[in-house]
Amino acid sequence: MMSWPILSVTTFLPLVGALFIMMMRSDGDAEQRNVRWIALWTTLITFAISLIMVYRFDPGSAEFQFVEKKPWLGGTINYHMGVDGISLPFVILTTALMPVCIIASWLPIRTRIKEYMTAFLVLETLMVGTFASLDLVVFYLFFEGGLIPMFLIIGVWGGPRRVYASFKFFLYTLLGSVLMLLAIMAMYWEAGTTEIPVLLHHGFPRGMQTWVWLAFFASFAVKLPMWPVHTWLPDAHVEAPTAGSVILAAILLKMGGYGFLRFSLPMFPAASHDLAPLVFGLSVVAVVYTSLVALVQEDMKKLIAYSSVAHMGFVTMGIFAATTQGVAGGIFQMISHGVVSAALFLCVGVVYDRMHTREIAAYGGLVNRMPLYAAAFMVFTLANVGLPGTSGFIGELLALIGTFKVNNWVATIATLGTILSAAYALWLYRKAVLGALVKPSLAAIKDLDYREIITLGPLVALTILLGVFPKPVLDFSAASVAQLLDSYHHALDAAKSAALLVP
Amino acid sequence: MTETFQVPALLPALPEIVLVIGAMLLLMVGAFRGERAASGIDSTAILLLVITGLIVVWLPGDKLVTFGGSFVVDGFGRFLKLLALVGSATAILMSLTFFAAEKKQKFEYSILILLSTAGMMMLISAADLIALYLGLELMSLALYVVAAIDRDSVRSTEAGLKYFVLGALSSGMLLYGASLIYGFTGTVSFAGIAKAATHASLGLVFGLVFLFAGFCFKISAVPFHMWTPDVYEGAPTPITAFFAAAPKVAGIAIFVRTTMMAFPGILTQWQQIVVFVAIVSMALGAFAAIGQRNIKRLMAYSSIGHMGFALVGLAAGTAEGVQGVLVYMAIYLTMTLGTFACILSMRRDGYMVESISDLAGLARTKPTMAFFLAMLLFSLAGIPPLAGFFAKFYVFLAAIKAGLFALAVIGVVTSVVGAYYYLAIVKTMYFDEPAKGFEPMAPELRAVLAVTGLFNLLFFIYPGPLIEAANAAAKSLF
Repeated sequence: MMSWPILSVTTFLPLVGALFIMMMRSDGDAEQRNVRWIALWTTLITFAISLIMVYRFDPGSAEFQFVEKKPWLGGTINYHMGVDGISLPFVILTTALMPVCIIASWLPIRTRIKEYMTAFLVLETLMVGTFASLDLVVFYLFFEGGLIPMFLIIGVWGGPRRVYASFKFFLYTLLGSVLMLLAIMAMYWEAGTTEIPVLLHHGFPRGMQTWVWLAFFASFAVKLPMWPVHTWLPDAHVEAPTAGSVILAAILLKMGGYGFLRFSLPMFPAASHDLAPLVFGLSVVAVVYTSLVALVQEDMKKLIAYSSVAHMGFVTMGIFAATTQGVAGGIFQMISHGVVSAALFLCVGVVYDRMHTREIAAYGGLVNRMPLYAAAFMVFTLANVGLPGTSGFIGELLALIGTFKVNNWVATIATLGTILSAAYALWLYRKAVLGALVKPSLAAIKDLDYREIITLGPLVALTILLGVFPKPVLDFSAASVAQLLDSYHHALDAAKSAALLVP
Repeated sequence: MTETFQVPALLPALPEIVLVIGAMLLLMVGAFRGERAASGIDSTAILLLVITGLIVVWLPGDKLVTFGGSFVVDGFGRFLKLLALVGSATAILMSLTFFAAEKKQKFEYSILILLSTAGMMMLISAADLIALYLGLELMSLALYVVAAIDRDSVRSTEAGLKYFVLGALSSGMLLYGASLIYGFTGTVSFAGIAKAATHASLGLVFGLVFLFAGFCFKISAVPFHMWTPDVYEGAPTPITAFFAAAPKVAGIAIFVRTTMMAFPGILTQWQQIVVFVAIVSMALGAFAAIGQRNIKRLMAYSSIGHMGFALVGLAAGTAEGVQGVLVYMAIYLTMTLGTFACILSMRRDGYMVESISDLAGLARTKPTMAFFLAMLLFSLAGIPPLAGFFAKFYVFLAAIKAGLFALAVIGVVTSVVGAYYYLAIVKTMYFDEPAKGFEPMAPELRAVLAVTGLFNLLFFIYPGPLIEAANAAAKSLF
């Protein structure tokens, strides 16, 4: 059917761009401009190719599509790629946000531009590969490999405490992931393969499921991040350059949620069912507690970072509710948060580039000099709150409905948590943007320039579009979600009837 | 005596014979022509190692046995002999500019390395306790001298003396263990011991412990690691690079061969020793390296940790485990040699510098070198997609299959701790403000760094051949 391996091309095209850039000279202004343009074109072409994939994708089928398989690690571990309705939206999210990141870094990044763009392009390859791999070892390779470029991005181009933040990010994530690696090995010996499509229907023994589930949980809970292992996130966000924060919030966090959906839920249904209360508990704490923590932040980025943790709480809640609405809501919430949090970090970046501070107290009354900025910021703030008509509303609503069916206490407390999210988001907006412009340092601040309009404009449109017309995204993943839950409940029923047979 | 003496088949030992005769001839050349011949001898020595390697590859047949069963050439031996030869040849190559610049050229240097390599090859092929000891001592005696080759330097002579005294002690323990094993089994050949050692008698276990103590010393595994940091720091850097590479390969080889060929019957007995040694080596390698300021000392602790990881594969006691060890040693060799190529290039104003802070801002003064060194360090830390990840992957894969979950969990956790100090070096190179730049890299160091760096960086694209070769080599032991 297909003449060229579209998925591998999407994955590795950024790497080719990175190699190009690495071989270039970057001494003068002209060379630096070339580096930027090459990076931009690479990400744009990658995005275009991923759109071809959307066009060719058959949303009616729950099977993996665009599958590629090549022998790789001798024996049974193969280079195996493919996407279904759950992973493709994340691939698109990644390829769509990368050009935005490149444009957002156009002027703010002035030192070592060549290394910077190389790191971002390598990171794109690793992120797309994570979502598109159909072999656990290949997945792990991409999943972990992303640490190296992100470590360098935070450490080289970050803020004053970048060393601490980059080490914390790297070691925290690594510690979670190595346990998952051992679990992958145990699964390999149990099932004789690491191919995800096979493992999805393998049916691991009950006792093993719990341990393996916990090992995967260690990795994804850190990545997502869930309370109480979220503490690396505020540090990493605050110190990372704007585009680094965007990628971190929009895509790297989603790898955790994606992992729960792709591995934990379908591969270990019994353990997921047994341990769902744990996840619910942590999610509720995340929603309520981190929202409260966000309320007292003085740094804009930190506030948004804590709000990310809170929003990811809805995602885990929805996923482990294991209802159609819950899982669909979880996916939608991740996509929506990918757009909204990316945009919020870009908004912080806009004023940071002008004033070189992220203190909320340093701002106030920006609406007077920056009307366009105030409008864009408002859309994203309201989406973050979950106002109907924005994308944030759909995801939270679905996740809460899905959870309510399973556990109405959790859903009730989490709903109350959304009030807190309104409190901190609106408080931030009120402090920074509204009111009279009295601070003399802000008197000459300029509104958005063309470059910033280009980055924020599409995100505004997307936020509102997804809010009023969420059907395309939901339809896209519907078949895969239905099949996932079908086999999940099937496995649970089988386990239940087996338990009944035992006297 | 009814048997008549027969000349044993010499063909299986042809690589060793060629190597030793070559070394003797070079020694004659050196003795008559003096230091003037040093550079010629160096390049001839490299050539000799390459020829030996070719003969190792060329030797026909699957498994050759000679000298009354005490010398065996199998897939396992060939694989590790090639690694040891690569390690030795690269060590000589990397020393060329160093000794020339320091004006300390000595023709004995490469001849000693050749002799020590011959010892390693003997050790790798040893199939009884006598051959084991012969190989071990030939290797070690040359190493003691080579550690002290910089006669006028206090540090170097101290390193050599320390290494010798402790090494002699460990050889004594090994001999004592060997004699106990002989006493309780009545034979020195591995095959005979395997037949006799079906259950663990106290004397046999005693002998085993002493034997293992000797092995652990040679591969610098805890608790016999104390010499490592001092010798690594004190010896001239090219010699440290040599110590970190080839002798470790030979040490691991004999460790694996002895346990697999002579003691399969008492696996549970030696397994717990290996598990213990692996855990403490990994832990010490990870924690003790954190405080180091000198990069050679840091590499010493790093190699202690890496030997711990390699032993994780041995602890599994299966063909998968041995495969893991072989993959580990092959990749470890490239990582270590590449890193030392960088350490050897840390030369400023005509002097070698050795502290980690000297690398500050290397990413700006020498971007290519910094990039490759960073990739090698990430590889040493075992971060995917670099080669070091696959090394750890295979040893832990075997440990999980063997049900050694506690060992595996402790192992990966220490690898995270270990990642910290590798990251600290990357941080120095990439995040810190530049220090004064180094002198240009010597061409041969450039070549070593490029080959090892690219190998580690691109290994994931086509890992099949090495994995398959290690698999075949591991199967030849069982």
